[in-house]
Amino acid sequence: MSKQDVPSSIAQTFTVTKFELLNYFRSRRFIIMLGIGVIIGALLTLLVGYYRPSSFTTSSIDFYSSWWGTSAAYIVILSSIFFGGDAISGEFQNKTGYFTVGNPIRRSSIYMGKWLAAFIASFMIIVVFVAMTVLNNFYYFGPNMPYQFVESFLFTVLYLISVLGLTFFFSSLFKSSSIAILTTVVLMLFAFSLIQNLVNAFVHTEPWFLITYGAGIIGNILTVPYPLHTAITRFGHVAITSYAVTVPEGVAILAIYFIVTAILGLVLFERKEFN
Amino acid sequence: MRQSIEAVNLTKSYGSFIALSDLNLKLEGAKCIGFLGPNGAGKTTTLKLFTDMIRPSEGHALVGGIDVHSNKKEALSSCAALIETPEIYPSLTPVEALSMIAEIRGVPSEERGKRIEDSLSEVKMLEWKDKKVGRFSKGMKQRVNIASVLISDPSIIMLDEPTTGLDPRGMSEVREIVKSLKRRNRLIFMSSHLLNEVTDVCDEVAMIDHGKLLAYDTISNIILKFSENGSNIIEVGFSRAVDDSIIAEIGKLGNVKGTSKIDETNLRVEISGDIKAREGLLYELASMKIGVISFKPSTSALESSYLNMIKETL
Ligand SMILES: Nc1ncnc2c1ncn2[C@@H]1O[C@H](COP(=O)(O)OP(=O)(O)OP(=O)(O)O)[C@@H](O)[C@H]1O
Ligand SMILES: [Mg+2]
Repeated sequence: MSKQDVPSSIAQTFTVTKFELLNYFRSRRFIIMLGIGVIIGALLTLLVGYYRPSSFTTSSIDFYSSWWGTSAAYIVILSSIFFGGDAISGEFQNKTGYFTVGNPIRRSSIYMGKWLAAFIASFMIIVVFVAMTVLNNFYYFGPNMPYQFVESFLFTVLYLISVLGLTFFFSSLFKSSSIAILTTVVLMLFAFSLIQNLVNAFVHTEPWFLITYGAGIIGNILTVPYPLHTAITRFGHVAITSYAVTVPEGVAILAIYFIVTAILGLVLFERKEFN
Repeated sequence: MRQSIEAVNLTKSYGSFIALSDLNLKLEGAKCIGFLGPNGAGKTTTLKLFTDMIRPSEGHALVGGIDVHSNKKEALSSCAALIETPEIYPSLTPVEALSMIAEIRGVPSEERGKRIEDSLSEVKMLEWKDKKVGRFSKGMKQRVNIASVLISDPSIIMLDEPTTGLDPRGMSEVREIVKSLKRRNRLIFMSSHLLNEVTDVCDEVAMIDHGKLLAYDTISNIILKFSENGSNIIEVGFSRAVDDSIIAEIGKLGNVKGTSKIDETNLRVEISGDIKAREGLLYELASMKIGVISFKPSTSALESSYLNMIKETL
């Protein structure tokens, strides 16, 4: 009887990542998301090239601010949903979990392996989008790389980590993939920004509890000088206080979102039953 | 290494419903144990508890003496299971899907290629090895699932209705696989509804109903104990569908102890008495002119014991 040693949990995690990525590349999922990224980039290229809006063409940093500052967050959210939306719920709903979970592998290895695969796939999409952004900038302003753009890119990656944490949490919370995906879409694309606007308008407190508020650093860092932390706009008797997240705050918000949702998602997956 | 599967006060409840009730069972050695019981008896529940797919409400599930829930990686290191019908990522090929399992289970990389070929050829899927699983039929997928159990050459194997969806030849191939595993001194625990399959490959059976273990013994002992003397089971075939009024009438005939429908045109009739009683029943059925076209004693002795045992718990 051959007794083979089961690999370490870290090695198993990478195995899961490898085959998950293979599955993304084989199925149409990766190609479709790549297509969406490329189409968004191409549309921006055409619009800027044709209309030459002044916000894009005055300086290199303004270009990045108008281009990357407005679109990067959407690329992050879309690819997180694409690669993470049903990552865990699908294992239950499609019964693919029955193939792996009965093996000598910790559930956390499966969770982390799949998370890592979603991160790598999303990261590749973002890199393609960065390339399109930088090439456009090069066309208008020649070779240059404002350090703020490098920072903004790093914040985007942090945002990706954070949003994927949240997406995986929801896909671990619900057994139905469509509910998991719908929840993430509604929260990330509508609910959070709605709450942020309401808080700004009526509550006069900083919406520090919102992941989308934390993501403000991606665009803010590209605004020179960095926006004021609080700005009060008056409309007659009504004053609206709007907040611009600072870099330390933003980093903290995104990091805490990731840590909390990752722990909760893992605990949920550990406890969830296959039935 | 101890080759054993053991349940200690193992209980699983869903709210107030008890799917598995205080199971105490120890299986060890090199043999095949059949796991029998009607639909909803708790077979899959038991096997899921042994692979940590669900958590026990009480008690422990031990594989090789190690608690599966608290130490799954070690407990399952030399145990492989096939529970219900898993799905494989549809865009992977059998070779890739098996590579994943082989890698997770630590099959040495230099052996992997050969092991994959061997297990795919055992389930007769070699010619499909590089095609995407997503397009496979149900039975083809199940064959790959069986190969995934063989890939790591485990010493303990748990199978939950492994022949589900397989064609007759596939079923007999799986029986051969199980027999060859037995020859190589493996411990096999296999749930099944096919009593001929169990009679053919298993040495012992565990019977369960309503979440309770009814018996665990060798097949011959089970048959001795539970097919009571004087009780016969006859399978009666009809040329047309039998309706409930006919079944009720048959139930009233002398010596008939009970009836159960096998399908639309076949009825299982249990009678008491000797060969004379059987002759009498055939005569009465024929004279009822209800389309009886076949009349044969149930072939499987295990089946009658099974039916007796299940009936007793109702
Ligand atoms: N998640 C659940 N919630 C409530 N009851 C459940 C759940 N899962 C299983 N059960 C119940 O537990 C009982 C045992 O189910 P199980 O799947 O173990 O039966 P089984 O013996 O495998 O039956 P079959 O031969 O049909 O496969 C059934 O009555 C089933 O309804
Ligand atoms: Mg079952």
